Amino acid sequence: MTNQIRGTSRFGLRMNAVGIAALLIMLFWAIMALIGPMLAPHPPGDIIDFDYFGPISAELWLGSDYLGRDIFSRILLGARYTVGISLGAVCIACFSGVVLGMTAAAIGGWFDSALSRFLDALNSIPSKLFGLVVVAAVGSSIPVLVILLAVIYTPGAYRFARALSVNANAMDYIAVARARGERTLYIIVQEILPNITGPVLADLGLRFVFIVLLLSGLSFLGLGVQPPEADWGSLVRENLGGLPFAAPAVIAPCFAIASLTISVNLLIDNLPVRIRDRS
Amino acid sequence: MMRQPLIEIRDLEVEARTDAGRTIRIIKGISLSVAPGEILALIGESGSGKTTTALTLMGYTRPGCAITGGAVLLDGRDILTMSEQERRRLRGTEIAYVPQSAAAAFNPARRLIDQVVEVADIHKLMPRDEARSRAMALFRTLALPDPDRIGERYPHQVSGGQLQRLAAAMALIGGPRLMIFDEPTTALDVTTQIEVLRAFKDVLRQDAMAGVYVSHDLAVVAQIADRIAVLKDGAVQEEGLTEDILYRPSHAYTRELLAAFEPVAYAATTPAAAAKTTPRRPPVLEVKGILAGYGPRDRAGLPGKTVLLDVSCQVERGRNLGIIGESGSGKSTLARVMAGLLSPARGQVLLDGRELEPLAANRRKEELRRMQIVFQLADTALNPARSVDDILSRPLTFYHGMSGAARETRVRDLLDMVKLPVALRHRMPGELSGGQKQRVNLARALAAEPDVILCDEITSALDTVVAAAILELLKELQRELRLSYVFISHDLSTVQAICDDVMVMRHGERVELLANAALPHGARHPYSRLLFASVPRLDPGWLDSLPIEITQADRDNPISETSS
Repeated sequence: MTNQIRGTSRFGLRMNAVGIAALLIMLFWAIMALIGPMLAPHPPGDIIDFDYFGPISAELWLGSDYLGRDIFSRILLGARYTVGISLGAVCIACFSGVVLGMTAAAIGGWFDSALSRFLDALNSIPSKLFGLVVVAAVGSSIPVLVILLAVIYTPGAYRFARALSVNANAMDYIAVARARGERTLYIIVQEILPNITGPVLADLGLRFVFIVLLLSGLSFLGLGVQPPEADWGSLVRENLGGLPFAAPAVIAPCFAIASLTISVNLLIDNLPVRIRDRS
Repeated sequence: MMRQPLIEIRDLEVEARTDAGRTIRIIKGISLSVAPGEILALIGESGSGKTTTALTLMGYTRPGCAITGGAVLLDGRDILTMSEQERRRLRGTEIAYVPQSAAAAFNPARRLIDQVVEVADIHKLMPRDEARSRAMALFRTLALPDPDRIGERYPHQVSGGQLQRLAAAMALIGGPRLMIFDEPTTALDVTTQIEVLRAFKDVLRQDAMAGVYVSHDLAVVAQIADRIAVLKDGAVQEEGLTEDILYRPSHAYTRELLAAFEPVAYAATTPAAAAKTTPRRPPVLEVKGILAGYGPRDRAGLPGKTVLLDVSCQVERGRNLGIIGESGSGKSTLARVMAGLLSPARGQVLLDGRELEPLAANRRKEELRRMQIVFQLADTALNPARSVDDILSRPLTFYHGMSGAARETRVRDLLDMVKLPVALRHRMPGELSGGQKQRVNLARALAAEPDVILCDEITSALDTVVAAAILELLKELQRELRLSYVFISHDLSTVQAICDDVMVMRHGERVELLANAALPHGARHPYSRLLFASVPRLDPGWLDSLPIEITQADRDNPISETSS
């Protein structure tokens, strides 16, 4: 209790130091995804240096890659793909998962059973394998990746939202609403949704991390973002040959993936807490 | 009276830190003492600090609280200055604690006997076999059925009242000199409560043990305590011998507590209405031959577990029907059937003589509007994520199509009607007190402008003084709005205060229907008599004067003992 720094108490919220640090790292990558390429010291596609896998220098802040391109600029560009694709996928996955989950809980009966079994079946397919097969069949493009990742992570989001909604659905205020004669849509949107948003947002963050890792994994296998564009996973793959030379080109994108995923994870563990005593 | 006290609290101060870093004084300089063999009761409403005080007797505070001043002396040694290890040695051997919810205090995965003898194991007091035989002796003293074998069962295999006595056995096994009881009978039915109280009293008397009994119920405390300390806002308001507190209270708050306990004089709210109904209108609400239950239906359409068997009753306009019974009697299920939340297997619900659809979803909006339901636990009946304003506005929009300024005015009126300040409308339910929540709950039902309000144990979770105020409010609203209430309760005095007719239920069947004037002595059915006789009275000799068969009634009928 003593190691907690009071955060923005003006909003009636409190956050500890770890949470604030994680939030700052996350914001940094979010901003980089938006304006990174504008800040890049060199055009990401241009060969700057004749020395490949070059070391850190004043000219090339994180060294050069296997073709002599500036790895720092390429990471800034990669942020856009990694963060953008993952964010798109996680939003679709959580939106469809939550909508289906709340509906299943509110309607119940055979609708709930059928939907749950179907999504369980989907969930039982190993995600990497599923990704490999789909990308091999239809080819890799950004829309395909977003939809693929969303489909893979929808069943988990559904399970989570349904479990929360079933609990909320058993409360007396739902019984009151039903006795009042409210329609299912009203019960879902006005009575259940406000009570599950907190945990659902935490789940969204966690799922985002999984998606970043899966996307990086697919790119590493060469099935994700295709050259000349590159997300962080592809950057690791491209520069794998630099490993024996201890090239910063292979370490830096790994570090980017780790910093983003770990900070999102830490933020979820240290979400701001509403201060209940506000007198 | 100048005996050396067994335990003494001197100028105790307990503080808590809120999450905003503010310090709140919970206990403000309390001094109390308990002599050997004496039972002291701590009484007060929720939040008065009675449990916090009782826990400090073991040198314990709940997380977030800290003892900031004073001393707790056991035989002259200060518990508060001891090391945690020394304190641990005292707990269970010198001082033992019986919690309010025995169900939460037992590990559901282990046999009862193993949990009861655990204290002896921890303190290495005696060999296991000896501890087991001692436990069985305690089971016998506590009047538990089948004392030699009950310990082999698991917690879910015994009833609530039995579990509470087993929790006492767990506390007694270490042979403590001081027992702390924290509201041990609050969650039990009245008929069960008697038996548990009697068992506790016998055990304490037999071993001349000292006790601290925490409760909010003066009548219960009157049966068991030698002295009573009345607590409010973390300070002792009045302390004295039980008789003095009951018959010669000096403090205003004590008088208020006693007044809230007095049965409220019943007056028919619409005495003229009964006479005027010569061209007889059908009753405003009627149920006929309801058979209902839970679980999957079988081929004949009967539910897996039947809760209601052929129940019929009716409510005349402007009059109130009380439904009384113990937990498991089916009274709440009946309310759910009336409200259309549970479809009955057989039977009809009629509003003004017209049959209603079994499920609310199929009833017409106008029919739904005329019958509203108010639940027991305002905590779960109000959506925690919506403001009071939203909660009250919804039925106005839904039933009356109101919006904008008209709706806002109406919300103000409603808050005014239930005597809540208008400023409260921006608050979330979590920021209201229990009594305030129940008023909002009631205001939401009133927003529909109903003819009938189904009140399901609405005062049971409230403090006596607050509950009395809610009852008063209900009566006042009835005079103004010509409402009818279906008032479900397990508490006779509540029902008696407000209902014109009272239906006694047991095991899903109607036992008896009584007019208010016939309460409680006009009851003919033995079960009604037992139920009414089990309500504790504000008379210290009441428990001892009861015929023994009343306290043994649940032997033949273990179902009535299951607590909710």
